[in-house]
Amino acid sequence: MGGRNPVTWLGSPAFPKAAHEALANTQLRRNLRKATTTIRAKRAEVVSEMADWERLRRAGEAIKDDVLANLDTYLVRLEEAVTARGGVVHWARDAEEANQIVLDLIRAEGTDEVVKVKSMATAEIGLNEALQASGVNAIETDLAELIVQLGEDRPSHILVPAIHRNRAEIREIFSRRMTEKPASDEPKDLAEAARKYLRRKFLSAKVAISGANFAVADTGSIVVVESEGNGRMCLTLPETLITVMGIEKLVPTWQDLEVFLQLLPRSSTAERMNPYTSVWMGVTPGDGPQKFHLVLLDNGRTATLADKVGRQALRCIRCSACLNVCPVYERTGGHSYGSVYPGPIGAILAPQLVGDMHDKQAASLPYASSLCGACFEVCPVRINIPEVLTHLRAEAVEAKGKRTPEALAMAAAAWVFADPKRYEATQKAGSLSRFLARDGWIKRIPGPGAKWTDSRNAPAVPKESFRTWWRRNRVERS
Amino acid sequence: MSSAREEILSRIRAVDRPAGAPVVRDYERERSASDVLALLDERVADYKAIVHRVSEAEVPDRIAECLARRSAKTVVVPADAPDSWRVSGVEWKSDDPPLALSELDSVDGVVTGCAVAIAETGTIVLDSGAAQGRRIITLVPDYHLCVVRADQVVVSVPEALARLEATRPLTFISGPSATSDIELDRVEGVHGPRTLEVLIVG
Repeated sequence: MGGRNPVTWLGSPAFPKAAHEALANTQLRRNLRKATTTIRAKRAEVVSEMADWERLRRAGEAIKDDVLANLDTYLVRLEEAVTARGGVVHWARDAEEANQIVLDLIRAEGTDEVVKVKSMATAEIGLNEALQASGVNAIETDLAELIVQLGEDRPSHILVPAIHRNRAEIREIFSRRMTEKPASDEPKDLAEAARKYLRRKFLSAKVAISGANFAVADTGSIVVVESEGNGRMCLTLPETLITVMGIEKLVPTWQDLEVFLQLLPRSSTAERMNPYTSVWMGVTPGDGPQKFHLVLLDNGRTATLADKVGRQALRCIRCSACLNVCPVYERTGGHSYGSVYPGPIGAILAPQLVGDMHDKQAASLPYASSLCGACFEVCPVRINIPEVLTHLRAEAVEAKGKRTPEALAMAAAAWVFADPKRYEATQKAGSLSRFLARDGWIKRIPGPGAKWTDSRNAPAVPKESFRTWWRRNRVERS
Repeated sequence: MSSAREEILSRIRAVDRPAGAPVVRDYERERSASDVLALLDERVADYKAIVHRVSEAEVPDRIAECLARRSAKTVVVPADAPDSWRVSGVEWKSDDPPLALSELDSVDGVVTGCAVAIAETGTIVLDSGAAQGRRIITLVPDYHLCVVRADQVVVSVPEALARLEATRPLTFISGPSATSDIELDRVEGVHGPRTLEVLIVG
């Protein structure tokens, strides 16, 4: 086992380079602005209906912290409950191990085609690609995932992986890949085309693969939240169901669901409730799949748990509210993050799951933020994303060592700040940089400083420092 | 070789994990509504489901009307559905013995009851209990007519979960199947029943 964690995409450039390219794509920016503006307004409206929203958020935070504090106990409890109800529990240390378990289970059923419910865990481990490499065709049944799959594209949003595509582009993809072409680019006709395309697959599938939004340790109940009914199809029709879930997806008790079934829909699709939520325990004789497998996935989660500041990212319930409010995400789009987890949560989750700050792409992600804090404000489980971002930036700097221009500049600054005389002399020297300025702004600093001025102007340093001004004015008045 | 299970559990146990703050449930576990049935009506209709308020005595006639309006000829019912629902002029298919998938795919609709309904969110919950049947019968047909009794309606999500039995397979239904996957714009009707009609009794 081991090998590269596929949570970030091999060969992706570091964030600044990827973002720079994405910013030039005006179609992408238009698509994203339209979509995120719509969902932001809707979310604000349904959240404002809830007088107890802040109390629900605090309860959600406390429940998830309890899960992390007692994760071993709850996992064992879940395993017992699922097993008692006829399910089989598997454990996977990493992506490779999880993919192998799923592949073996599919082969045991003698099929080479499976239907899938949208799941971040299986996207994170690159399950579809792993199955494909072994001759198993995994069909995504969520509309947005289908758009990504048929377009041979990558996901750009946690909830709506095809958010970067507009209706005209989607029609073009469907027309190219479906025998029965969509009637128009109206969302209604595109949804109808997807229904026809997938119907036969649902009715004939032997094996389905899903993720899990929540699992209740006490009862062994698994919860899948969805909209289209593709989830219900996958969870009900096939004989065998394989669910892959991250080990942090637990809640301790049945009652805890009352908090999350209120927080999640309003935060994610901005609805009072999503159209369909399915809850099941193991196997129900005569109703639904008669074989149930649950794969519990670590893949960097236990390492994340070991970080006192960073572990709060494991509270995440994958609602994507933080993406929808993020000014950086709205402009750069999801692909720039080079991971199945884009946006603010991706910027703190992906590098931690990768677990290697020497990985330049992963180490660039904590910088994909202006630290404005909007993400923390909307997070239903109160993940302090800016706090984790700055913490991870410190780790990234540490990993780079002491000889980078940034580290040398910081060391020089520390030396200057340590002594008032040195500080004043440096300020005087700084005012000399005025010769670079035109109309009060410096548009280009030579040398390594160009990195700063490549994307912004710097104000010119005033002729006189505040300290000099103060001294002069006090002398003049006295 | 240590198993994945043992290794993951020992990785967790190796981490210093101080207990978090206690869970305070000071959010509203129960909420009141001046007219809970009117609230359910409004919220279910918000999802573009069709909703009717009816009296107990009217149920059979209203079922007949709803089915006639859709020209539904062949309709599925759970084996234990009340006899009064099986109005004349319709070929009723009872799910006992269990109907084949191909049969469910060719019928015009399904009529069921429910376990609980949540007024505030416009949600109907099925638990495969009385007059509800297997999950599959409310999934494959394209039209679902659901009869909700007044005593099954609660206001909030916490009240509903307290009434439900975790041991049963549950389906929470809020309007017809829908998607927001194209430009985050909601459209109704994908894979689940594309039309949901609800009779609120009482």
